[in-house]
Amino acid sequence: MALRLQAAAFDIGAETADFAASAGAAGAIVTFTGVVRDLPGSPLLAMEIEHYPGMTERAIAGILAETAARWSLTAALVIHRHGRLTPGEPIMMVATAAPHRAEAFAAAEFLMDYLKSRAPFWKKEITAAGAAWVAAKDSDEDALSRWQGGGRSG
Amino acid sequence: MIDVLYFAWVRERIGLPRERVETQAATVAGLVAELAAREDRYALAFADPRSLRVALDQELADFDAPLAGVREVAFFPPMTGG
Repeated sequence: MALRLQAAAFDIGAETADFAASAGAAGAIVTFTGVVRDLPGSPLLAMEIEHYPGMTERAIAGILAETAARWSLTAALVIHRHGRLTPGEPIMMVATAAPHRAEAFAAAEFLMDYLKSRAPFWKKEITAAGAAWVAAKDSDEDALSRWQGGGRSG
Repeated sequence: MIDVLYFAWVRERIGLPRERVETQAATVAGLVAELAAREDRYALAFADPRSLRVALDQELADFDAPLAGVREVAFFPPMTGG
């Protein structure tokens, strides 16, 4: 279970290769990468990601521990960036490795659902028209409910 | 004394990332009432507590949670990670 919080960009291919090399006796590796997307209408100049140093690490460590308790993974990785990002750049990445694919997919989805609304990050979109904080969606909160009330083990 | 931290638009509205606060409030809701009574910028930031989240010593908490023994309180909007 590994966590990296960084301002610097990362290389998806290199990270995936390193993860696969450290994944032990896995038969399945799932990776997800979130990317800064451009906006329809007013072009996005940048995205700024603020976080809560200290709580961010604690919250993600807790999410990783919960993930490890639910599924038998051979490895898991979370990389999340902060600071100023431009369209097309990777924001974050999760990777999971497990004996079989169902566990790796489910664990990756679980990590993503919890990172979205339980890790203290806030996104701000900067366009020529100004800056606006991204609002949380009700659907992000709803996504958590499917994991509550008993574990799903792939 | 307690450290109070603000993030995202809460920080922008109040104009501070953090401050030390002398409070007798027993709960988070009591602290919010004290802060909101200070100045307009605080009243504006805390106008709708349902739009805010709170963490006590870096763990998410409820607004009716007690403050006894807490060293760090943070207020912020719902998180948008991932």
